[in-house]
Amino acid sequence: MLQLFKFKGGVKPATNKAQSLVEPVAVAPLPSHVAIPLHQSIGGTPRPIVAVGDKVLKGQKIGEADGWISAAVHASTSGTVIHVGPQVVPHPSGLTADCVVIEPDGRDEWIARNPVDYRSLAPEAVRELLREAGVVGLGGAVFPTHGKLTAAKSVPMEEMVINGAECEPYITCDDMLMRERAVDVVRGAGVFRDLLQPKRVLIGIEDNKPEAVAAMQAAVRATGENFEVIAVPTRYPAGGAKQLIRVLTGKEVPASKRSTDLGVQCFNVATAYTAWRAIAHGEPVVSRLVTLTGNVDKPRNYEVLIGTPMDELLALAAPRSDTDGILMGGPMMGFLVPNFKVPVVKATNCLIAHSDALFPPKAPEMPCIRCGECARACPHELQPFEMYWFSRAKNFGKTQEYNVFDCIECGCCSFVCPSRIPLVQYFRFAKSEIWAREKEKNAAETAKTRFEFKQFRDEREKREKAEKLAKAAAAQAAKKAAEAQAATSAPEPVAPSPLDADQAVKKASIQAAMERAKAQREAAAARNTESLTADQQHEIEAIEARRIAAFGTDETTEK
Amino acid sequence: MDFSTPPYLLKNASVTRVMAQVLLALVPAIAVYAWLIGPAILIQIALATMTALVAETLMLKVRNRPLALFLTDGSAVVTGWLIALVFPPLAPWWLVVVGTLFAIVVAKHLYGGLGQNPFNPAMIAFAVCIVSFPAFMSQWPNQALHLGLLDQFQVIFGLMPRLDALTAATPLDALKTALKLDEAGIGVPALLANRNVYGSFAGHGWEWIALSYLVGGLWMWQRKIITWQVPTGFLGALFLISGALWLYHPDRFASPLFHLFAGGSMLGAFFIATDPVSGATTPRGKLIFGAGAGLLTYLIRVFGGYPDGVAFAVLLLNICVPLIDLYTQPPIFGMKDGK
Amino acid sequence: MISAIAVMALGAILLGAALGYASIKFKVEGDPLVDKIESILPQTQCGQCGFPGCKPYAEAIAKGGAEINLCPPGGAEGVRRLADLLGREVKALDAKEKPKSVAVIDENTCIGCTLCIQACPVDAIVGAAKQLHVIIEPLCTGCELCLPPCPVECISIEPIVETVDSWKWKYPVIAITPTDTPKAA
Ligand code: SF4
Ligand code: SF4
Ligand code: SF4
Repeated sequence: MLQLFKFKGGVKPATNKAQSLVEPVAVAPLPSHVAIPLHQSIGGTPRPIVAVGDKVLKGQKIGEADGWISAAVHASTSGTVIHVGPQVVPHPSGLTADCVVIEPDGRDEWIARNPVDYRSLAPEAVRELLREAGVVGLGGAVFPTHGKLTAAKSVPMEEMVINGAECEPYITCDDMLMRERAVDVVRGAGVFRDLLQPKRVLIGIEDNKPEAVAAMQAAVRATGENFEVIAVPTRYPAGGAKQLIRVLTGKEVPASKRSTDLGVQCFNVATAYTAWRAIAHGEPVVSRLVTLTGNVDKPRNYEVLIGTPMDELLALAAPRSDTDGILMGGPMMGFLVPNFKVPVVKATNCLIAHSDALFPPKAPEMPCIRCGECARACPHELQPFEMYWFSRAKNFGKTQEYNVFDCIECGCCSFVCPSRIPLVQYFRFAKSEIWAREKEKNAAETAKTRFEFKQFRDEREKREKAEKLAKAAAAQAAKKAAEAQAATSAPEPVAPSPLDADQAVKKASIQAAMERAKAQREAAAARNTESLTADQQHEIEAIEARRIAAFGTDETTEK
Repeated sequence: MDFSTPPYLLKNASVTRVMAQVLLALVPAIAVYAWLIGPAILIQIALATMTALVAETLMLKVRNRPLALFLTDGSAVVTGWLIALVFPPLAPWWLVVVGTLFAIVVAKHLYGGLGQNPFNPAMIAFAVCIVSFPAFMSQWPNQALHLGLLDQFQVIFGLMPRLDALTAATPLDALKTALKLDEAGIGVPALLANRNVYGSFAGHGWEWIALSYLVGGLWMWQRKIITWQVPTGFLGALFLISGALWLYHPDRFASPLFHLFAGGSMLGAFFIATDPVSGATTPRGKLIFGAGAGLLTYLIRVFGGYPDGVAFAVLLLNICVPLIDLYTQPPIFGMKDGK
Repeated sequence: MISAIAVMALGAILLGAALGYASIKFKVEGDPLVDKIESILPQTQCGQCGFPGCKPYAEAIAKGGAEINLCPPGGAEGVRRLADLLGREVKALDAKEKPKSVAVIDENTCIGCTLCIQACPVDAIVGAAKQLHVIIEPLCTGCELCLPPCPVECISIEPIVETVDSWKWKYPVIAITPTDTPKAA
């Protein structure tokens, strides 16, 4: 038996997992529509490649990955595109983001699926395939998986960790996946293994899931792999990638390093599963397992199409009448979604019906009494109360000195704080302020160098022009002198200098253009727009709105 | 949308719970105190608690803070109890009132209230009173006399003349004075043999109270209200220095056992130096804090002019807390090998 | 008495020498204050402060001749940081604070006159004579200098809208006030 390591801190909230483990995974019925956000992973936002009115098939690509760290998105069912544009997405901000909304035709008809034998492909091609299939980390971070499948050049890959710990309370989708589809998970891990070539593959599962451990062990035996399935002690956040790596290998990955720099990489079990579906069945990521639980009568795991509206999905679990919100993710790191209609995305592992009875509103915050509970609970061995003190005072330099960027936002510190201070919230605030400032500073830096360069160029141009003019003037003077000698008396009429003439012409043409433009603007309002496509119509409206916004609000341009 | 934030689950912890457990841990010692030394302590505790609550209410009103929230946190009560426990039980009633008022108004609220005070309020009260009213602060009950509750009440409220015969010095003080006066060189062992004053090992009656503090402290440690570092540092340092000097000259210095259980050692180690607000926070820092306080306690009580050294030792270490914390920051996850 | 004075004098001389040496040894080249001020200014180069650019304004502040509250793009935050740096009093901004914005060229109206290109201090506009001009959004500082030269008023300034990517976590405002005093449960 492998020697296990410990990580410091951590907490043991009530797990509340049993409720949703009674029933096997069911397939959720087709929803009334699916709204698929284009941006569902870390990295570049995919560009939409479908337009309103297009017919799409299940698995058809609708968003093209933008840049290497980005992943394609696909239609999750067959139907008609009815909208491409901003929709409220499941994000704590409650803001909108571009989505493709599809009205299902009810046939759920797949595109042609082409299974491949990945062994016959170059590693590069396999990574490309995963990127095209939209495979991203399904543990919650949604980092494009292909981007994690390259070993560091200088460090040999020693361990690959497959994360089946699932430490957050309530969530059971990984548990069910391992129980029911262990073989595909193991095969997917095999693909990752072949790409990364680690010496060992360790599958870590919390010891409160004996069925999953047994299923995975059986699957490993059945596939003839030499993976080690290891039960790790149940303690939140054992399922954090860094904590699991620590427990299984003893290595600690700080925020300043990538795990591959230490010769280790970590993938979620659901990621391995989708990777295998993509390769062996040609199915891109169009669905995922979602746990429906919390304040519901029929908690259960469902296989859900990406883009399914959460209210339709949650209705399957019969939420009780006092449900007043939906938590996406677990109760420790999840968040309340802005409204019930937002779609399920790749990061949605669990929906918890929220009610005040289940999650009582927090008692009022008290001042920090420096009891140090938070520091003892922090799995990253930070000093949360110090960071709290400084981020509260908006002293971000100091906050950073106390390593706020090593905070994984696990929430253990808030969980134990007797003063009920929303510590994590302060850290998130500090982090995003620091990022924004960094960005602003860079922008100012760029602006400055560009400004200085422009000044330098203007100077140079002026100098060059002056030189040229001086030369020309000298030549002219010489010519004039010669002419003066030749001619006798008649005074020359003062001709307009060529420069002036030039400007006059320019002015006239600008005048003309202004009139044209004015006419055009006036015409634009009255123009017959019926024959335009919806697309153009949108564009015109957008331009018009912009113009109204600009001229309507800014007095300086108005007058 | 309301501004509720993750995590949505919280442990059932609160400042009130923490403070309530501290109070609970004090109860055995108070019981022993009342039984062995006299019920006067109960009167003092009641006085201090009431004063603390009134002062807290007034200050919260003045500072415009929610009353219900802060009054129920229990921190003022803890301060009041500690003050009562470190003051002489037969001290006039106004002494405890003045001390408590000073602790709550100046040492706590003028510095920003709960969580903001750089000094331990109870120890500030003790320090202020012993400097201002040294005579009253060193009148400990003469245990040869057994006064009833009513008599004690009358002494405290000045309804009965304050006879010299009522009071005596604490064992620690008595030992120090005796050693100073002692030219013939009787030596510590002979002095300590006087069981009426020095009890079985550290002061008649007081030793059992100290033992109850130890029990209460261990219970708090077991309940994870306090960590082991501060008491270990405190008692360890006290043990080492008293042990060293005792071995060096057993006739002039009392044994470690005496020092560990005499005066305010146990109360200081488990209930005073462990105050989180004014103490160090890092694990190593707590050890240093505790050891520093233990060492200074010994130096002040043995070589200084005051009967005991816990208050001044703790206050001096409170001053050093920012520095201690700064230099004892533990390495974080993944950054343990230097860089 | 004499010896005491001598000791004092000696000490003064020694310390003076040490200070003098240090000032030569650790002399800082250039004027670091101007650089520090400039690093706080947003580098918009808009001239809204009344100076021809951020650097001249920084120089004017360093000389003491200019107020610190003249830079609208820097906003109240900028004033505060300048006050911190210079030890001056924080003042209200001498202008309305504007949201961060960028310029947008109306494609239908632009005539390709190149006038805005010349006005833009950070070369954020690309285009050629008689061609549609485009503003490179990430480079534009929103300085509005391109607005007046445009003969057909086709440039407008638009506030940058908050997106999911640029969204920031807010300061946890949980005030401790006496107005709500629920019994601590
Ligand atoms: S747990 Fe809360 S009260 Fe205790 S030190 Fe941390 S932030 Fe302060
Ligand atoms: S949220 Fe951050 S600071 Fe708090 S316990 Fe987790 S890692 Fe530590
Ligand atoms: S495009 Fe216009 S607003 Fe933007 S930086 Fe250039 S001149 Fe300023």
